[in-house]
Amino acid sequence: MTDHVLTGTAAHVVGCDGCGLAHHALSDQHDMCCLRCGLPLHFRKPDSLNRTWALLIASYVLIIPANLLPVMKSSTLAGTEDDTIMGGVIYLWESGSEVLGAILFIASIVIPLSKLFALTYLLISVRRRSTWQPKTRTQIYRVLEAVGRWSMIDVYVASMLTALVQFGNLMSINVGAGAIAFGAVVVLTMIAAECFDPRLIWDAANQTQATTDSPKENHAV
Amino acid sequence: MVFNSLLVCEECDMLLREKPLDPGSMVICPRCGHVLHRYQPEGLQRSLVFSLTAAVLFVISNAFPIVGLTSQGLESSTSLLGMVDSLFHDDMPLVAILVFATTFLMPALVIGALIYMLLPLRLGFLAPNVAAIFRIMHLSKPWAMIEVFMLGLIITISKLNALATVLPEIALWSFVCLMFALTAAAANFDPRTFWDQVEKLQ
Repeated sequence: MTDHVLTGTAAHVVGCDGCGLAHHALSDQHDMCCLRCGLPLHFRKPDSLNRTWALLIASYVLIIPANLLPVMKSSTLAGTEDDTIMGGVIYLWESGSEVLGAILFIASIVIPLSKLFALTYLLISVRRRSTWQPKTRTQIYRVLEAVGRWSMIDVYVASMLTALVQFGNLMSINVGAGAIAFGAVVVLTMIAAECFDPRLIWDAANQTQATTDSPKENHAV
Repeated sequence: MVFNSLLVCEECDMLLREKPLDPGSMVICPRCGHVLHRYQPEGLQRSLVFSLTAAVLFVISNAFPIVGLTSQGLESSTSLLGMVDSLFHDDMPLVAILVFATTFLMPALVIGALIYMLLPLRLGFLAPNVAAIFRIMHLSKPWAMIEVFMLGLIITISKLNALATVLPEIALWSFVCLMFALTAAAANFDPRTFWDQVEKLQ
């Protein structure tokens, strides 16, 4: 990066996250609201790293019961059967719907796990003031923010089956406790991604830029 | 103090000067690639048309059952709210609230807010409390998950196909249309264009 980039923080300008209106403000000002739409204004999301860590750790804990407890219980005359998330994927795959099985696998296993790991990596890289590829890391953030919602598929499948298959002793399907844990993981990781501020990724890059720039400026003076 | 000619990138904090744009073009942050703003003069009108369509489809989608199934003389069918109700009776209130919020409440808030903001604007006056309604839409948008619910429905149907005959009902088709209408309504709504028009009226 050779061009000098002027940031909003350096120029005392803060933009509204909702409507985009730019306001003049000092960086230590608190409790500001957008004059146009009224959403809270902040240079960096408040307490971003701590909040994201807290939600992320809660998600790491909950993803264990989410995968071990049954999301669905089916009982027939022959007996009851518990289905975990992975069980549902295997069932779809073996019954011949490989494409849907793969979609469910990606949505319920790959996306939540990679989202947790990617957020952990971003948090550590920000804490260590990494200057490596800020643009790539912002793209990682953008993707993980966009795909998180698709993990909800399994909760909907279990809910829909519960509503449809209620034939008393003959056959009934019920939502299992795993669905609560799984739903909580999806919601918590969505809030965690919302609490993380991608501008923090760029702050370290800006600072190194400023230190390498300052000798030149001194020279010019 | 506000600056109408400045833009601040939400993702990397770069300060940009706003330039006049051609219709259909967009402002992309040169540093991080974030799309800051899409200039679509007709976008708000399109958004209004799609929101009104979505409102009608939303009513239809919730008034009729989504799928039914028959197997050896047994029959059952369910609507969206019927599904929430059976989750409540199944002692799963948390799952019921999650499903209700993401497939009913939040989409309804987004559709309602878009119509409330755009219809009076089209007719040439300002609705009271536009700012509050804008905030509601901004906060509820990420939690409306109709498109995810549709994919879940496809998987449910294919799972049930092994056990019973699945009959698609009216609400299933209207849900598919609702998904497209809601996505189009949200994609055509550009906050900057909207607030520029609001300020012209003030």
